[in-house]
Amino acid sequence: MEATREREAVVERAAEVHHPTPKDYVKVAVALAIATALEVALYYVKLPHALMVSLLLFFAVVKFSLVVLWFMHLRFDHPLFRRLFLAGLILALSVYVIVLAIFGVLV
Amino acid sequence: MAAEVRSVAHEEVHTSTGLSNAKLGMWAFLASECLLFGALISTFLLYRGREVSGVTPQQVYDIPYTSVSSFVLLMSSLTMALSVAAIRRGDHYQTRVWLMTTALLGMVFIGGQVYEFTRFVQEGMTIKTNVVASSFFTLTGFHGAHVTGGILMLLSLFAMSLDGRLPTERGEAVELVGLYWHFVDIVWIVIFTVVYLIPAPTPG
Repeated sequence: MEATREREAVVERAAEVHHPTPKDYVKVAVALAIATALEVALYYVKLPHALMVSLLLFFAVVKFSLVVLWFMHLRFDHPLFRRLFLAGLILALSVYVIVLAIFGVLV
Repeated sequence: MAAEVRSVAHEEVHTSTGLSNAKLGMWAFLASECLLFGALISTFLLYRGREVSGVTPQQVYDIPYTSVSSFVLLMSSLTMALSVAAIRRGDHYQTRVWLMTTALLGMVFIGGQVYEFTRFVQEGMTIKTNVVASSFFTLTGFHGAHVTGGILMLLSLFAMSLDGRLPTERGEAVELVGLYWHFVDIVWIVIFTVVYLIPAPTPG
């Protein structure tokens, strides 16, 4: 009984371990290149400052997420890796957003 | 039967968590690196709106040039991912090809940064010019040092593979260096947007 449960758990894990194909990686790289081109184009377009900053940050978040989720496999790997990395990322973001807000950089 | 299925799941290892300790360690290290680069980026953002004497980074940026460098580093993430995929398939020739391509792209990026720094110095912005320049050189210099470390790791893996010391069973080494390399890339994604593209507030 226990052996069956163990087998099921391992089969479940094996199913979870999905690796993207080289074709998937190339698609992600094309998306990254397009996002970078749009970012650089935005730099030269005269837009209101707040809109420009929002769009640039949006593209940076998209690129960051694509690399982390696909190239670094966080989308497919064990959730513990995701939690570990997110803990550091969220801690860093919280600390430095507070620091920048205190010094009036964000307002 | 369980043992057979276990061999299908490459990630299944004999540790208390069932996960590779080396990989957990690498993710913990990368999480701590978020704090390091967060501190450096925040320091630059704190200083860049200040009124300072001398040349500031915003006056000497060459956005088209840095955009090409950014593109090169982004593409090196693709070649790194292809290298990890190749070692998983047990294709050692392709692993070596993509490892070397990644290292070369990294060298192009570093060469570009050295040229950029040289040009900035020629235009009168050194690390001692003002606090904005100091924080800029510290941030981008730290990133460059990380890229250089990554290149050395890639070249070591390449040499190990040539020497036959990187069998498929030790493919995790390529994956770990890959994680580090991709992290260096995501840090640059943030630096390129926040430091180069978002205009500095007017001093006041």
